[in-house]
Amino acid sequence: MTNMTDAPAPYSAETASARRLPGDLAIWFFILAEMLAFAVFFAAYAFARASHVEEFNLYQQTLDRNLGGLNTLLLITGSWFVVRAVQAAHKDNQQAIALNILIGWLCGGGFLIVKVIEYSAKFGAGISMSTNTFYMFYISLTFFHFMHVILGMVILTVLWVQARKGVYGRHDAHGLESGAAYWHMVDLLWIVLFPLVYVMR
Amino acid sequence: MDFLKNPAHRAWLVLIVATSITWYLGEVGAAGTASIVAMLLIAFVKGRLVILDFMELREAPKMWRILLEGWLILVSSLILLAYWISLK
Repeated sequence: MTNMTDAPAPYSAETASARRLPGDLAIWFFILAEMLAFAVFFAAYAFARASHVEEFNLYQQTLDRNLGGLNTLLLITGSWFVVRAVQAAHKDNQQAIALNILIGWLCGGGFLIVKVIEYSAKFGAGISMSTNTFYMFYISLTFFHFMHVILGMVILTVLWVQARKGVYGRHDAHGLESGAAYWHMVDLLWIVLFPLVYVMR
Repeated sequence: MDFLKNPAHRAWLVLIVATSITWYLGEVGAAGTASIVAMLLIAFVKGRLVILDFMELREAPKMWRILLEGWLILVSSLILLAYWISLK
């Protein structure tokens, strides 16, 4: 407890009461719009399943749950490192900001590699969007998410370059927080997508 | 345990454990109402941790917390409704 006494004082009575939204307001509207699009997609999957229960239950068994689970761990861990980058910025720990963004980016890269392995097994088996309703949803939903992982990694690349220039710190972490929020959204969407498409039956 | 003093670190640990539980439920072939509810609850807890401790909306203006947590409730409810219909 004693070492808490020298904690920084930016949280004065004035700022402590003010609730603060991390990052820029615009990114949160963008995130909300993306999440609503995915909500429609998730609901469409669930309701399409309701009228094709046997088909969905049968073909869901052909999905690789190990790769899906591994990808969940990769996105969660990638998100966690980007939180650490934001925390490092708030502590003005310059080197840790860029390093943590880089590790988060590598987790995203791992996700893409695993997904490509998964897709090539499916496409190699002759499966396509037109095979049946289940695969149509499986491919379009996961690919739509895949593109969001790529966009998230492009954003992380920009954040990494900026972090190496020393743009972020205690004085300003808005850009970093905005990009981080988008990256967490990619994680959040997969947290719903994985049980829904790979496991629930 | 200094590690656990950081809410993000705690969230990461819970997220990893929760993911393993969902994966395990798949391995043992869990199906039906109870397992669907369990998996939705796990996804809800995980999503909430990402929103509050990764996105750091715990201390954000209430409106944004409500919007994102509301999204989780909306999505879980729609999925639950669709699965309930499929059981009939």
